[in-house]
Amino acid sequence: MKKINISRKNLSIPYMIYMVCFVVAPLAVLLFYSFTDSDGKITFHNFINFFTDGNTLGTLLYSVVVALITTLVCLIIAYPVAFILAKGHIKNKTILLMIFIMPMWINFTLRITALKEILTFFEKNLAYFPFVNTIIGMTYDFLPFMILPIYTVLINIDDCYMEAGLDLGADKVQAFMKIILPMSKAGIISGVTMVFLPAMTNYVILDMLYNSTYIMGSLIGSYFSAYDWHNGSMISIILLTIIIIVTVLSTDSNHKEERL
Amino acid sequence: MKRYIQYGILSVVLLFMYFPILLLVVYSFTDSTTIGAIRGFSFHNYVTLFTTKELLDMIAGTLLLALISALIATVLGTVGAIGSFYSKKKVRIFLDGINQVPIINADVVTGFSICVLLIIVFGMNKNSFIPLVVGHVTLCAPFVYTSVMPKLKQLDNSLYEAALDLGCTPKEALIKIIIPQIVPGIFSGFVLAVTLSLDDYFITTYTKPATFDTISTYVVNATRGAQTNIKTALWALSTLIFLVVIAAVCFMNFHNKRGEELDNR
Repeated sequence: MKKINISRKNLSIPYMIYMVCFVVAPLAVLLFYSFTDSDGKITFHNFINFFTDGNTLGTLLYSVVVALITTLVCLIIAYPVAFILAKGHIKNKTILLMIFIMPMWINFTLRITALKEILTFFEKNLAYFPFVNTIIGMTYDFLPFMILPIYTVLINIDDCYMEAGLDLGADKVQAFMKIILPMSKAGIISGVTMVFLPAMTNYVILDMLYNSTYIMGSLIGSYFSAYDWHNGSMISIILLTIIIIVTVLSTDSNHKEERL
Repeated sequence: MKRYIQYGILSVVLLFMYFPILLLVVYSFTDSTTIGAIRGFSFHNYVTLFTTKELLDMIAGTLLLALISALIATVLGTVGAIGSFYSKKKVRIFLDGINQVPIINADVVTGFSICVLLIIVFGMNKNSFIPLVVGHVTLCAPFVYTSVMPKLKQLDNSLYEAALDLGCTPKEALIKIIIPQIVPGIFSGFVLAVTLSLDDYFITTYTKPATFDTISTYVVNATRGAQTNIKTALWALSTLIFLVVIAAVCFMNFHNKRGEELDNR
């Protein structure tokens, strides 16, 4: 018997096998299921269904709107916070950063429960403001994911750029708009992807806050409960396509930044 | 910007982020069942939490699942990263690419796809816990891989070669030279894996046995139900988790500072 060679590069084999079995194969099965019916025949029915049904298109539109507004609100709150933490004249910046990031490590369902109690206290009945509550819930959940990447980029921008701008006659606002903001674009983009994509799929936040409108994730959840694997697969594939497009667009524009 | 405006902005955002949790912490020590009027100081939520078997089993199950999945993911991800780093460029690009898929993919899709493959296509029994563990490992391993990789890039290859020249077999050199130098990456990967597994809802829902619950799935079901004693016992659980996270953050901060001081000597 030939001795098995345990050289360093052969160590990649188990990982490769695992990833092919449990990442590539499941997605391939989803693709197959989304274009077949329950008899195993190839059909485009699921696909056409999604793009002709008013309900599913409405869901797609609603999740894009929820995700866009959540992302915008997160960005408006997170940028000043990240900027102050990175460049502000305050003490104990690293400890403060930790405090802003810490909620990431507390189970999100428990945090949403806490938020729900507060919202119930103020609004008496959560059903009156489902959309607003959803945005508040998602912002509450995803905010650290927007703060961290923006902070990471800002902390690495040398203060000399800002000072040079000021020396050359720009006022503080101009220097910020023309120097710091463009230089922090990479952080904004990665923060936006980290908030936008989960905001389209995390339907538990809507469920817990009594918003009965569906987002894309809820469709998968409801097909799962109805044992409808073919339509569920189709929604998954459509979501995956959206995710790939958003990711490619964002890494693309980041690469362009690097080249400049 | 003036300093007090800066502190003002930070305080308002921190208030938004922490007010709900802190309020639950306060209310977990009372008899109240909703936020509003405080009805007397009591530990009864904590008593309920620690005497209800259903809750204890759920917490133990969550922790056990997180530990097992994180351990498997750490071994798999670390070995994978080492192998990939020393492979040909093509193999490495392929592995790096596949590794990104679960990271950028929505957990809903990852969970659903594993459910369809293992439970529907292969007819695997959910009660075997295999789909659940596979799901969690698939979620966590790529993050271990990405936290080990930068440590490998920082390595000085001459140490490994020196070990070989001095008579080590490649296996010994790997265990004695490479692994010890990437321990910080492995450790942070492991911690990340544990937190990801603890926080997961979607993969768990799609792959778990019907009678098993993690904290996430349990809490979501509990908010639909109307059992107020369970609801308030979960406030006590939130309080404890909050305290554990604070302790862990303080410990890591202290640990890092000591590490830096030692490095500076």
